[in-house]
Amino acid sequence: MSAAPLLLAEFRDPATLLDAARRARDAGWQGLDAHVPFAVEGLPEALGLRPTRLRRVMLAGGLAGGLITYGLQWYSAALAYPLDSGGRPLHSWPAFLVPTFEAVVLGAVLAGILGFLVATGLPRLHHPAFAAHGFERASQDRFFLAVADPAVDAARLAAALDGLGPLSIREVG
Amino acid sequence: MSGAATQPALPPDPHPAAVIGLVADTVLERRAGRRWWIAFLLAGLVTLGFLGCVTWLLVAGIGIYGNNTTVVWGFPIANYVWWIGIGNAGTLISALLLLTRQPWRAAINRFAEAMTLFAASIAGLFPILHLGRPYRAYWLAPYPNSMELWPQWRSALVWDFAAIATYLIFSFLFWYLGLIPDLATLRDRARSRGARLAYGVLAFGWRGSARHWQRHDAVYRAMAALAVPLVVSVHSVVGLDFAASLMPGWQESIFPPYFVVGALFSGFAMVVTLAVILRWGLGLQALITDRHFDAMGKIILAAAWVMGLSYLTEWFMAWYGGDSAERGVLRFEFGGPYAPLYAAMLACNLLAPQLLWWRRLRTNLPVILGVAVLVNIGMWLERILTIWNTLSHGYLPSMRRVFQPTLWDWLTLATSFGVFACLFLCFVRLLPAVAMHDVNKQRHEQGGAA
Repeated sequence: MSAAPLLLAEFRDPATLLDAARRARDAGWQGLDAHVPFAVEGLPEALGLRPTRLRRVMLAGGLAGGLITYGLQWYSAALAYPLDSGGRPLHSWPAFLVPTFEAVVLGAVLAGILGFLVATGLPRLHHPAFAAHGFERASQDRFFLAVADPAVDAARLAAALDGLGPLSIREVG
Repeated sequence: MSGAATQPALPPDPHPAAVIGLVADTVLERRAGRRWWIAFLLAGLVTLGFLGCVTWLLVAGIGIYGNNTTVVWGFPIANYVWWIGIGNAGTLISALLLLTRQPWRAAINRFAEAMTLFAASIAGLFPILHLGRPYRAYWLAPYPNSMELWPQWRSALVWDFAAIATYLIFSFLFWYLGLIPDLATLRDRARSRGARLAYGVLAFGWRGSARHWQRHDAVYRAMAALAVPLVVSVHSVVGLDFAASLMPGWQESIFPPYFVVGALFSGFAMVVTLAVILRWGLGLQALITDRHFDAMGKIILAAAWVMGLSYLTEWFMAWYGGDSAERGVLRFEFGGPYAPLYAAMLACNLLAPQLLWWRRLRTNLPVILGVAVLVNIGMWLERILTIWNTLSHGYLPSMRRVFQPTLWDWLTLATSFGVFACLFLCFVRLLPAVAMHDVNKQRHEQGGAA
């Protein structure tokens, strides 16, 4: 999809990857990403990723779920099917709070999972990075820096990473 | 405490591939072995027995159980409360330990969550089986219908339906979200095309991108924060099924928190039981260490004391309240036909865990396994006695009757364990039983700090 080829630099440990990511960010390159086997503390900041807004999405989903469920209970118990149960008020709000709470949690979680799928673009079973030799170790014990910038080629990337000792630098896609 | 601190919570080998090799190769490379096949065959047969029991119930009706017009809630509701208690612990353990940053969580959270999922699924079946007209279970859900009827929102049973349904969906999503990166690891290590394809599809094409991890972490942690109040609400609502009634012995404000602690108590005991079996069956001695049993033993001991306090509160309030029906139920508990079972329950839940005061016994696997099994028996007795004592000794003396369990009561309970075992055996053969990415993250962070 992107015109720029994908460059992958492979590292043995997360600390070196963080250094490399900071250099790439400071050089002002576009299309930065990393492929790592576990969540590395500080990696989003090192790559200059924007903070995710998924938690706000979850909050909105939770509020929507709660409001809809409370409204449904009020409508059905007070308007559509008023049933006097032991002289209690038709709009017996304390009792309505239990299903409302469950709906808040359910709404937040469903919004979070859907938001996660939308924000990550998953499910997506093919990606140029998978073509790289040795990429299967990105889910095990290797740490990859990815650069997709038309202005950057393998030689420039190698020069920028001088002294960090990447195991390999490859161009795919 | 110093003794526990010297035991590593995580294996000493610093290379991430060591953990991955240990966990992933169990699924991908190692043959199942005779032990697994024998266990699977037995569990499968018992599962067929469970299906037979359910079929007979659907054909013949609720009369096959010992429930009568006095003790209207018998085994099915006790089984339900017990299984959902087991089911509560996995997600709670996983979420609480994540939020409090306990490094030993990573080794046990995956199978504890799987335990939750399977136990809660089994639990959800029992109230439906108990309905009398199980084919109308969907009437609990609010949907536009030609009868123009709505659920009764003031009923604890409708709350129960909402809580269990939410909890099942939540537990599945929480478990699966944590599983995605490990499924990608399996995809990348698998040698056969079929396995690569299957795990690849299940992993959704996860490629460990920094963006993926950032969003994964944000949602996963927010879900963990939501899990704690959710779990508390689920078992509180189960407690309200009893406490919202007018029956002596049930109508107590302590019921919701007392049920939550009971769930944690039996759930931790079940995690210990499964951890011992899993460690032995999969050879995970390097990942599930003495430190884990030590920590879980302490929690079981603490929970036993909270249970004791709850029982004392129940007895004291029944006496202090002065109501003759409440006092009658209390006398019935200690002097009625169920009294030996009540004594057995107190021994299992209060006395047996006292062994866990000693670290030597907490880390002695036969001892802690024995205590865990006794706690689970004790907690099942507590669930059934909560029902039997109150319902057998209600307000109207002419209605007082004792519950006689039938063969089908026992068979349905016993075979439900086979369903659980069958699901769990499939889980350990097909999916990584330990969260590999999390163990490696913890180890990296600990190594970096040292």
